[in-house]
Amino acid sequence: MIAEAGHYALVLALALALIQSTVPVLGARWRDPALMNVARSTALAQLLFVAASFAALVTLHVTSDFSVVNVFENSHSLKPMIYKITGVWGNHEGSMLLWVLILALFGGLVAAFGNNLPLSLRAHVLAVQAWIASAFYLFILITSNPFLRIANPPLEGRDLNPVLQDIGLAVHPPMLYLGYVGFSISFSFAVAALLEGRIDAAWARWVRPWTLLAWIFLTLGIAMGSYWAYYELGWGGWWFWDPVENASLMPWLAGTALLHSAVVMEKRNALKVWTILLSILTFSLSLLGTFLVRSGVLTSVHAFATDPTRGVFILLILCVFIGGSLTLYAWRASALKQGGLFAPISREGALVLNNLFLTTACATVFIGTLYPLALEVVTGDKISVGAPFFNLTFAPLFLPLMIAVPFGPLLAWKRGDLLGAAQRLVAAGIAALIAIAVLWAWTRGGSAFAPLAIGLAVFVIAGALTDLAERTGLFRMPLTTALRRARGLPRSSWGTVFAHAGVGVALIGIVCETTWNSEYIGTMKPNDIAHIAGYELKLDGLTQRGGPNYREMVAQFTVSLDGKRLSDMTPSKRSFTTRQSTTTEAALLTRGASQLYISLGDTAADGAIAVRIYHKPMVLLIWFGPVLMAFGGLLSLSDRRLRVGAPKPADVPRGLQAAE
Amino acid sequence: MTRRQRRLTLIGGSLAVLAVAVALVLNAMRDSIVFFSTPSAVAEKHITAGRRFRLGGLVERGSLVHGDNLAVTFKVGDGTATLPVAYKGILPDLFREGQGVVAEGALDPSGVFRADIVLAKHDETYMPKDVADALKKQGHWKDDYGAKPDYGKTAGAARAAQGVPLVQGASQ
Repeated sequence: MIAEAGHYALVLALALALIQSTVPVLGARWRDPALMNVARSTALAQLLFVAASFAALVTLHVTSDFSVVNVFENSHSLKPMIYKITGVWGNHEGSMLLWVLILALFGGLVAAFGNNLPLSLRAHVLAVQAWIASAFYLFILITSNPFLRIANPPLEGRDLNPVLQDIGLAVHPPMLYLGYVGFSISFSFAVAALLEGRIDAAWARWVRPWTLLAWIFLTLGIAMGSYWAYYELGWGGWWFWDPVENASLMPWLAGTALLHSAVVMEKRNALKVWTILLSILTFSLSLLGTFLVRSGVLTSVHAFATDPTRGVFILLILCVFIGGSLTLYAWRASALKQGGLFAPISREGALVLNNLFLTTACATVFIGTLYPLALEVVTGDKISVGAPFFNLTFAPLFLPLMIAVPFGPLLAWKRGDLLGAAQRLVAAGIAALIAIAVLWAWTRGGSAFAPLAIGLAVFVIAGALTDLAERTGLFRMPLTTALRRARGLPRSSWGTVFAHAGVGVALIGIVCETTWNSEYIGTMKPNDIAHIAGYELKLDGLTQRGGPNYREMVAQFTVSLDGKRLSDMTPSKRSFTTRQSTTTEAALLTRGASQLYISLGDTAADGAIAVRIYHKPMVLLIWFGPVLMAFGGLLSLSDRRLRVGAPKPADVPRGLQAAE
Repeated sequence: MTRRQRRLTLIGGSLAVLAVAVALVLNAMRDSIVFFSTPSAVAEKHITAGRRFRLGGLVERGSLVHGDNLAVTFKVGDGTATLPVAYKGILPDLFREGQGVVAEGALDPSGVFRADIVLAKHDETYMPKDVADALKKQGHWKDDYGAKPDYGKTAGAARAAQGVPLVQGASQ
């Protein structure tokens, strides 16, 4: 009954989406407010019905109703409750349902909080949202119905893939989808602007918060996924340049570029046509990501054998939306008015540079991800493009960007003073040189790469702080004045400081982890001691114990440093009987920002167990950086000037800065 | 500067960055791309020792031998030919005899494939795409490798959906 209700709710949502796709557009054409306002009600009703459908699927999973195929294949009555819930989106059908739920959520948010939007713009935006929604409802209903029943219900389910039975599944996919799908809003705004043939700075002010919101979630989602892979897969890697990861990185890069170009558009009414293109590209890359992941088309150990109908269907959606929006762009973009002028050395120029490098870096990831696929289609040759390719292309493009990051905020709009900015960055440069010298001395002339890269990161962080010091007048004014200025500083300026510093922090983590990671891989018997990075790890023994739906072998390690006992670590290996598979549960010991990491391998006949022990210095910074970036985004989002509905402020921001 | 000069500066700058990117990509394409091969293709083509490639196939039953210090040897076959593989390190959780595997490394002069990365398929319904395609091409595809339950839907290794990367064993 619940399954049928859920299915029916989804069909109703499709019907609503079809109405929302057409009626408001006609209303806008005929200038009929009543018809345009239909979009608002249908968007909210759609959210209600999709939420009901999703709730139905959650209920089926929670109550372990194995007469539903989706529950039977992905659940087990003994599975802990949290994984019964998260298992809802731990499979193809359920995750697509989550996708449309989030799409409907964003549509509903625009409907609920878009009261200050011009009526026809809101109608167009919601109509475009409904086009996307209709396509994906159809996709779910035709190829991936999560509510299918089995004629003779089995007594027990086949359990969820054990690797997914982790708290990471509760957080990572919803976050990632909030990011991916959130970019649909800027896409809809872009298409609506093209349809209306009108775009202005106000448009950018409406789009920016939505883009920022999506970007925050995508940043956190990617970081969370990376940390999950790090602790769950048992060999300590945190980024693999796997196509599925690239699929999430590409929209992030394009979205980051979009955030910055939207600033130019809002503040200076320039780069309009480019911003529209970026909005379209960002969501197109999100759709591409959905296609890559959902169709199983890539030569990836990720890809799972799915029937080709799904792949073809998503490919069709992809072609229609990307092709359609780009055609519309080619046709209408010339109708948009030219923006303001600016000199190459200016804040605008710096943001253009940022866009240039981000989109180029994004393009290299795109090529590396899709080239193997294209080659296979054309010649039949199979190749794999892995980390070496991306290290040789992505990294060199990111370095100049990092050098440029501290300069951007210090340049004035319209016409900047590069020399002046450089003078103000002298302190940051000195901090970077000191860091390089100290590290160089400390590593006794080892590889020059790591000290230089960390020096660059220090430059980025110090540059962000310089920006803050300049704006508050710290060191130049009495402390009380600086504090008062700091309080008065717009939150978006604080956001910039945190986000830029976050980039530097992440870089330090990445460089430290890859350069000074130490590892011990070998076999150990009880009472054996392994030495790594000054730590002593003693294997005390191995014990067996049972979990709710698995058995596990736990190894007890005692960790000591300089003969003093620090802590215990208990890595384990779990065997899940239903799926006849095993997972490795790594044990982590955090010391500052560094971590000790133990994971287990196979047990040999003589009782020795294979172990992998890593010491990963500063590894936590890799994820702390993105958290800082997201926090910066959040601060910026809370800036009242950016909040939807806030009236356009008088031109005051310059007055808050130090007079120069 | 006039509008025209400014625009030219912008376009010039963009083209310069793009040219650098293209150079980087072409350079990386030459050096860091790894081809995929099967044991029978290796036998036919005489790949030179030391050239890196990915080897895919099924782990031959009864061929897995554990040596000292985590050294393992096993044979990878595709029904026509087999190739001995040597690896040092911890094999992935899902590595099993009779099932699909992809190993990355190079042949040594004696004709043994020295792998430094071993990837295993990651649940009972999934086989690496390379391996499945190669086996299909050679007519060794057995339906039960990709067996679908008769109610029509595949059970997916849904981790792919969540962006958690491959199951991998790597040794340094």
